[in-house]
Amino acid sequence: MYATLIFFAILFLIPVYMVLVTSFKSFSQVSLSTMWNFPTEVTLDAFKEALDKLLPNLLNSFALVVPATVISAMIGSLNGYVLSKWKFRGSNLIFTLMLFGMFIPYQSILIPLVQFLGSVGLYGGIPGLILVHVIYGIPITTLIFRNYYTEVPTEMLEAAAIDGAGFFGQYQHIILPISIPGFVVVIIWQVTQIWNEFLFAVTIVTGADKVPITVALQNLAGSQVVEWNVQMAGAFLTALPTLLVYILLGRYFIRGLLAGSVKG
Amino acid sequence: MRQGEPLISDRLKAVLILIPSIIAIAIFVYGFIAWTGYTSLTNASLAVGSGEYVGMDNYVDLFTGLRHERFRTDLVNTFFFTALFIGLCLSVGLLLAMLLDQHIKGESFFRTIYLFPMALSFVVTGVVWRWLYHPVQGLNALPTLIGQPPGEFRWFISQDRWFVFNWQDLGGYISAFIFIIDIVLVAALVYWNRRGGRLPGFIVAVMLLLSTWALLEGPQQLTALRRPETHGFNLAIIAVVIAAGWQMSGYTMAMYLAGLRGIPEDLREAARVDGASEWGVYRLVVLPLLQPITLSAMIILGHISLKIFDLVYALGGGDNPYIDMPGVNMFFTTFRGNALGRGAAIAMILLIMVALVIVPYLRTSLRSEHEL
Repeated sequence: MYATLIFFAILFLIPVYMVLVTSFKSFSQVSLSTMWNFPTEVTLDAFKEALDKLLPNLLNSFALVVPATVISAMIGSLNGYVLSKWKFRGSNLIFTLMLFGMFIPYQSILIPLVQFLGSVGLYGGIPGLILVHVIYGIPITTLIFRNYYTEVPTEMLEAAAIDGAGFFGQYQHIILPISIPGFVVVIIWQVTQIWNEFLFAVTIVTGADKVPITVALQNLAGSQVVEWNVQMAGAFLTALPTLLVYILLGRYFIRGLLAGSVKG
Repeated sequence: MRQGEPLISDRLKAVLILIPSIIAIAIFVYGFIAWTGYTSLTNASLAVGSGEYVGMDNYVDLFTGLRHERFRTDLVNTFFFTALFIGLCLSVGLLLAMLLDQHIKGESFFRTIYLFPMALSFVVTGVVWRWLYHPVQGLNALPTLIGQPPGEFRWFISQDRWFVFNWQDLGGYISAFIFIIDIVLVAALVYWNRRGGRLPGFIVAVMLLLSTWALLEGPQQLTALRRPETHGFNLAIIAVVIAAGWQMSGYTMAMYLAGLRGIPEDLREAARVDGASEWGVYRLVVLPLLQPITLSAMIILGHISLKIFDLVYALGGGDNPYIDMPGVNMFFTTFRGNALGRGAAIAMILLIMVALVIVPYLRTSLRSEHEL
């Protein structure tokens, strides 16, 4: 049993091993047929070169992820509050129609989206991409918060209502203080999704200095002249932020993951 | 009734809070889908602007135009990719979940390792695996470490093809397949009705319509090429399946593990008391209870594999027909080839494929919730 578990663990870690041994090599070491060997001498040259090329794009990604995540988490929290505690006729239908938006292939809205962003002057830069991630993040953030708030006993809200708290009062005094785990799940989910996203980024943002990190990594790897050790170092830099989030807050990450399968 | 007053205004506030999101989704999801649908009926391109109405021409072209073999290859590739990818993720995911469920030491350590690829971008996965798939070095060099000859498989640039068939014959196969399914279904329905079951009329109607279309002309029309065109299972797909499976089977494991943890120990204990072996407990108690999770996982994985874009892009760009998929083709047709109308048609076909998987799932998922 342990043998099987360890066997699979090694399989899963092969790419990690490869990234690490390649990115710590100098180019002259990589080009030989010693791909699987440890570097004969460890050098940070590949990381320096990758960072040199990708640093602006890393900063773009941070400038994208932080506002998009904060805004979509706030929208999701309010929506989830309404859809769990203030249900009205047709609210479940509206929720279902919203959820559909999280499963569609985004290719099916991409052409009008580009034309729309062009007509309002948001095509080509990070602000447009923030707007796009906020809007298409509504379904998943609403879903996670709705499922989270459904667990909150309605009696607590009724008690607050008797004390005179209205719609916003109940939200502020009852819901918001117990929302921290919900916010953690949603923020982690949105940070990883938006950081890792590629289709919107490659379509909406133009210009090598403005694109987020995933597009820059693909461009780096797509150009024939860039050495493998630099590519692997670039892949490592791209993966590092979300990997850190996963390692530090894995429990919440898994919760968001499972919420994506609707029932949660 | 002074109490009623604030209550009503609070209800209004609740609706008002929701309205911006409703409008956003209405426009950016449903409005834009309609817009794409309309674009797919035109010959719009950047050169001619919004273009003229051309009816179903783009769709007919994609299925039967001699210049659009790539799209038909995409459909065949998607079919094999989806089947293999779901199969790999489900089997690895279930195996790992069952092993981790044995209350072993270091469970969280193993779980962390199996799940970490989920935190990565498909672009990172693509870039890293492209290096691993290097035809001379990479995985092919692994056997030489233990003194064996190096591997020969060229991974995602392989041009080998299995199960070769002629696209023109596909319509006949599909019709035959639907005919057999129909016979089975009718037999099942007759049996079901005898036992007192009642079937919603609209399902019967939809089935009848689809079957008639299928048997009369649908598939033949879609495959009416003027000259033979071979398709098949491109072995290069295996490379995409492995990379995607590496990323997603940990997710499947997490779903199964959550399901396993939800099964009360009493149930297993009861089976053990009745004399079931440990394997018998799994076969008779645990696996049947995991069926809904298998279905959910199939749907989640299935819609991911139909939509797949970034991984294929990062592995092969848009130039490799052996691993091409509709989502990639749409991007290159639209944004590199400037054929908006045809790109929109590919997008709509992609949307229909995904909707066929997702809509029934959303319906049942939410209906079962209402009953609670």
